[in-house]
Amino acid sequence: MTAKVTFNSDRCKGCELCTTVCPKHIVAIDQTVINRKGYHPAHVTDITQCIACASCAKICPDSIITVEKF
Amino acid sequence: MAIVYEKSKGLTDVELHYCPGCNHGIIHKLVAESLVELGLLDDAIGVCPVGCSVFAYKYFNCDMQEAAHGRAPAVATGIKRTHPHQAVFTYQGDGDLASIGAAEIVHAAMRGEKFTTIFVNNAIYGMTGGQMAPTTLIGQKATTCQTGRTKEQAGMPIRMAEMLSTLDGCVYAERVCVTDIANINKAKKAIKKAFQKQMNGEGFTFIEVLSTCPTNWGMTPLKAVDWLKDNMIPYYPLGVIKEVAPENAEVK
Ligand SMILES: Cc1ncc(C[n+]2csc(CCOP(=O)(O)OP(=O)(O)O)c2C)c(N)n1
Ligand code: SF4
Ligand code: SF4
Ligand code: SF4
Ligand SMILES: [Mg+2]
Repeated sequence: MTAKVTFNSDRCKGCELCTTVCPKHIVAIDQTVINRKGYHPAHVTDITQCIACASCAKICPDSIITVEKF
Repeated sequence: MAIVYEKSKGLTDVELHYCPGCNHGIIHKLVAESLVELGLLDDAIGVCPVGCSVFAYKYFNCDMQEAAHGRAPAVATGIKRTHPHQAVFTYQGDGDLASIGAAEIVHAAMRGEKFTTIFVNNAIYGMTGGQMAPTTLIGQKATTCQTGRTKEQAGMPIRMAEMLSTLDGCVYAERVCVTDIANINKAKKAIKKAFQKQMNGEGFTFIEVLSTCPTNWGMTPLKAVDWLKDNMIPYYPLGVIKEVAPENAEVK
């Protein structure tokens, strides 16, 4: 499957909730980036493994994740 | 390319002011998604509390009314009685609903007012800096019980869903949480059922959502989820507390 996961990273609060629900364990906090709010935002480490289940997006309290599939 | 998930149309594009990981944001989106999926968004009127969700009127993409502290059920009563075909809900914290507004919620439930209450129980007064709420657990520390709540001093925590279930006017009460995807799905199902029962004119419907307050609990968002599972769920059991069959509800 080809999937696309988009983060509105400026709005991420680095809460890590999305990292706990990914069945593929590919959602992580990107320690190399600091966003405009001052948080390390979440990102997907290996999109080729994504099954577009949208679990990460469903739990995000700030609704900043969009999931698409081809 | 098909969109599998995007921010609900039931929410505005305004950035939420909640602390990182605060469950208020998850609960907002479940209410918003439920209204959209039931085709009720354009007919919805929400009533906001005083508490951290005081600005919820900026976030829900439907008509919203702010109420004085604890008085959302009284305001919603007026709105629903004058707009009987609209989907009316209150969104209230535990300080708002179970302390200062205890009388309003009890009497609205007793009268069987046909609106839905979303009760966000985070066992603390979040907005004001972490004071003890009636829902604060025994042993839990708060700024007004710094060595932990005791039964001797404050009594046992109040179980609102169970208490309101004793009233005939309350036709549906369920307690849910949003700690993981399975529970998020259950919570949304419960919220949708409550709105459906409201629109059928069955009576008062009440969804209690156990929620985290990482900031005032003094924990990371992930630790707060664990604390909720380990401490809140044993005292506040999840599931349907009361459900009156539609044929037994007094449909007016
Ligand atoms: C009449 C009145 N009394 C007290 C307050 C102070 N106050 C503001 S919010 C709040 C409690 C909020 O707690 P809760 O309802 O649990 O909401 P949370 O912030 O935890 O979501 C209190 C006591 C007020 N604003 N108005
Ligand atoms: S959509 Fe599912 S599989 Fe893909 S990153 Fe999110 S949680 Fe993981
Ligand atoms: S759940 Fe949302 S806000 Fe929290 S880290 Fe993930 S993307 Fe960021
Ligand atoms: S103080 Fe608590 S309830 Fe209020 S926004 Fe922060 S985490 Fe949420
Ligand atoms: Mg509270």
